[in-house]
Amino acid sequence: MAGVAGTRMGQGAAGGDGDDSLYPIAVLIDELRNEDVQLRLNSIKKLSTIALALGVERTRTELLPFLTDTIYDEDEVLLALAEQLGNFTGLVGGPDFAHCLLPPLESLATVEETVVRDKAVESLRQISQEHTPVALEAHFVPLVKRLASGDWFTSRTSACGLFSVCYPRASNAVKAEIRQHFRSLCSDDTPMVRRAAASKLGEFAKVLELDSVKSEIVPLFTNLASDEQDSVRLLAVEACVNIAQLLSEDDLEALVMPTLGQAAEDKSWRVRYMVADKFSELQKAVGPKITLNDLIPAFQNLLKDCEAEVRAAAAHKVKELCENLPMEGRETIIMNQILPYIKELVSDTNQHVKSALASVIMGLSTILGKGNTIEHLLPLFLAQLKDECPEVRLNIISNLDCVNEVIGIRQLSQSLLPAIVELAEDAKWRVRLAIIEYMPLLAGQLGVEFFDEKLNSLCMAWLVDHVYAIREAATNGLVKLVQKFGKEWAQNTIVPKVLVMANDPNYLHRMTTLFCINALSEACGQEITTKQMLPVVLKMARDQVANVRFNVAKSLQKIGPVLDTNALQEEVKPVLQKLGQDEDVDVKYFAQEAISVLALA
Amino acid sequence: MFDFLDCVADLKGKEVKRAALNELVECVGSTRGVLIEPVYPDIIRMISVNIFRTLPPSENPEFDPEEDEPNLEPSWPHLQLVYEFFLRFLESPDFQPSVAKRYVDQKFVLMLLELFDSEDPREREYLKTILHRVYGKFLGLRAYIRKQCSHIFLRFIYELEHFNGVAELLEILGSIINGFALPLKTEHKQFLVRVLIPLHSVKSLSVFHAQLAYCVVQFLEKDATLTEHVIRGLLKYWPKTCTQKEVMFLGEMEEILDVIEPSQFVKIQEPLFKQVARCVSSPHFQVAERALYFWNNEYILSLIEDNCHTVLPAVFGTLYQVSKEHWNQTIVSLIYNVLKTFMEMNGKLFDELTASYKLEKQHAGASEPSYPLHPPIILPSTSSREQQKAQERQELWQGLEELRLRRLQGTQGAKEAPLQRLTPQVATGGGQS
Repeated sequence: MAGVAGTRMGQGAAGGDGDDSLYPIAVLIDELRNEDVQLRLNSIKKLSTIALALGVERTRTELLPFLTDTIYDEDEVLLALAEQLGNFTGLVGGPDFAHCLLPPLESLATVEETVVRDKAVESLRQISQEHTPVALEAHFVPLVKRLASGDWFTSRTSACGLFSVCYPRASNAVKAEIRQHFRSLCSDDTPMVRRAAASKLGEFAKVLELDSVKSEIVPLFTNLASDEQDSVRLLAVEACVNIAQLLSEDDLEALVMPTLGQAAEDKSWRVRYMVADKFSELQKAVGPKITLNDLIPAFQNLLKDCEAEVRAAAAHKVKELCENLPMEGRETIIMNQILPYIKELVSDTNQHVKSALASVIMGLSTILGKGNTIEHLLPLFLAQLKDECPEVRLNIISNLDCVNEVIGIRQLSQSLLPAIVELAEDAKWRVRLAIIEYMPLLAGQLGVEFFDEKLNSLCMAWLVDHVYAIREAATNGLVKLVQKFGKEWAQNTIVPKVLVMANDPNYLHRMTTLFCINALSEACGQEITTKQMLPVVLKMARDQVANVRFNVAKSLQKIGPVLDTNALQEEVKPVLQKLGQDEDVDVKYFAQEAISVLALA
Repeated sequence: MFDFLDCVADLKGKEVKRAALNELVECVGSTRGVLIEPVYPDIIRMISVNIFRTLPPSENPEFDPEEDEPNLEPSWPHLQLVYEFFLRFLESPDFQPSVAKRYVDQKFVLMLLELFDSEDPREREYLKTILHRVYGKFLGLRAYIRKQCSHIFLRFIYELEHFNGVAELLEILGSIINGFALPLKTEHKQFLVRVLIPLHSVKSLSVFHAQLAYCVVQFLEKDATLTEHVIRGLLKYWPKTCTQKEVMFLGEMEEILDVIEPSQFVKIQEPLFKQVARCVSSPHFQVAERALYFWNNEYILSLIEDNCHTVLPAVFGTLYQVSKEHWNQTIVSLIYNVLKTFMEMNGKLFDELTASYKLEKQHAGASEPSYPLHPPIILPSTSSREQQKAQERQELWQGLEELRLRRLQGTQGAKEAPLQRLTPQVATGGGQS
């Protein structure tokens, strides 16, 4: 392998001899040193070009030493350099020479700026895989050790991310050393380093032998989970997910659960929040038995935590938690141990908690089945539909499909209507916008009769809303309704109402008619478009507001393809020609554009 | 502990506690001889139980200390009395640090420091005074306090960008630095270079800039040899897009120049005045104006005069060009004043620079005849020499690209001709002209 690479390299060098003298390294280095940052950045981004031009040998002997020596630049340049070097193995002569890339990356892994350091670590991780086991021990592991005992926190932080990539392929003696280094970083004096170590603890545990996990990782985990800084403790919770996956149920119960239990009751809400946030992962990792014994009680506490942030995070997990319970006995557990707490949360004092619950609670109906849903969940849904906070109501309405599958939406329709009407008229236009987006879905579930009777007038009212975004969304909503209920329905219910607006004194409403026609013509088809819509559009070409007129031109261009040639030639063409002579430049412009697009010239 | 979120709960109990605390405050403040040894543990325990708590999550996650009203601590009626008591306890003539140090330990200090993140400015004000007293009275805790402060700052800079008490901590540090013995220990120098200077890069700089600049200047007054490091550091973190921060940097730079030693000035004058020139050409008039104010400063002016052969060439081209092109009349007249000062300072040099500038301009004009008239964007002056360099650069990159392609074909052999675009990519290096 090495021989082949060697000959190739030789050939390359021989073939390019004449050129090499043209590009002495000094010139390139000049570029990399240019005073203008942007030029330096450009040069660094083309580093692979330079390396290829130089050939592998000169890249190793001249370019890399230069890069290593001159690492003092703008962070932006360093970031680009760190990224480039990750893909450089081929350019220095393949895996046998991958270690040549380590010195510049080592320096980059110690700089202050986090993004540069992280990128350097990422590249180092990539390159570590290209090292042979021998090279790994000869070059890579010593680098990790140097970083791990660096005197400023930046290098030690970077080291934390490198242990897990070199451990699996190291010999036993070296493995012991690596573990030793990791251990000392876990009790580093600087909280930054402890945080970095804690965040890599799970990853490192995964590559260790089971015995070492029990004898070394678990004590580290316990220590970090009781660190004096809550920012470290909460990272230990994250690591817990990985560690738990590795251990048997008995070991878990004895070694990990006491610590996790403490975390769930930590005095800092941030730690408790983390437990709530990672709950589903933890649940899967510890398995059903421990979930029932330990996690469910902890979860109950989180649901009634004194800090709203924690309750909201826990409320978010309610559905997943229930879903992941073992089928056997699931219903009883939920009914007896979870539902009572959920009932409390429905009337929580904090709107974020209620809204978090509202976004998942509907999902319980599929898990609990029809009977329970009607008896126990329905009252909660109804209460939330009347909640003072629009977000809560909206979250319920947006998840109606889950309930629809189980009990049908009719059960709710009496309460739904007032909730929808209220949201439809909410003072905040974003709330109105959100409910509009669910309208087609609701219409589908509630059926055409209910819609015509109760909701149609709302949809029409949105078309004359004073916020453009609402009018626009309402227009698009109409298209979806027509797709759902069909052309005939459109012809009878929607189209006449839309067309009436063409005579509205407000020109914005007249334009809405045009926008609706643009949107609906395709869904409604040729007949309705030609017979009902086209005459109205043509009539509006005489509008006194120029904005309306040029929108007529745009509309004609838009609906043209739906019309037949006859209508185009006989009716559309003369009108567009007339608009093409309009006194307003915009009207002229759009009329001419329409003429050329529709090929009526 | 009472629940203050519910303002009607247990009013009577709250009143009793308030009265008791008031009494304690009175007592420790006015009576002598009450601080006997056995009460120390109880006092510290009472304080710990009351003030140490995990601060609640901010109600406004995008809290902007400049714009938004802070969330005030609801339990302040009690908390204030506890802080007041703590402060009077520390300041009492009877207070014995040797006894108290058994209870006021590192863990205590760490928790005290965590409270600086409180959103309530009243609480931070108390904490500031208290920590200052603690630093003054407990010699054994000093190094620890400094170390923990730098951990808080580093986390603030590199991890969170959020900590409410930065200004307060810096204010304490300002007076601590003031008291550093000479020569400065490496630890202190490292703190300046690796913590205080990077603090300039934080987004919310405006909240604590005055205190930060004070700390930096304190350091320089102690040890002038640090000047070069500091100024190069500031130039490294010089704001690229935020003009508000740029004005602050200029202000700090002037404070530094006010105390700079001429021997240090010589070391940084060139990069510094190149940056000043860039600021003068900023389209934001406040930045340009702030930079031009440097010439109103007698001391800076004398430094410039002593080194005019280096400083003038560094700024001349920009000043001359901006004087013709800036949109803001105030800036233009300020620049005229500066140019006039230069002329009076060294007429000969001024004339030389004017002549060579015009010559370059002419060359540039010859190869690039139509200068855009309307957009008042200030371009870096493009001389013919620079254009030629750009051209060379473009050729270099093209040549490299071709060489690279040849190499690729050479190594991959003829068996599979790579599908490479043969048109040489337009060299990005030439993008300047």
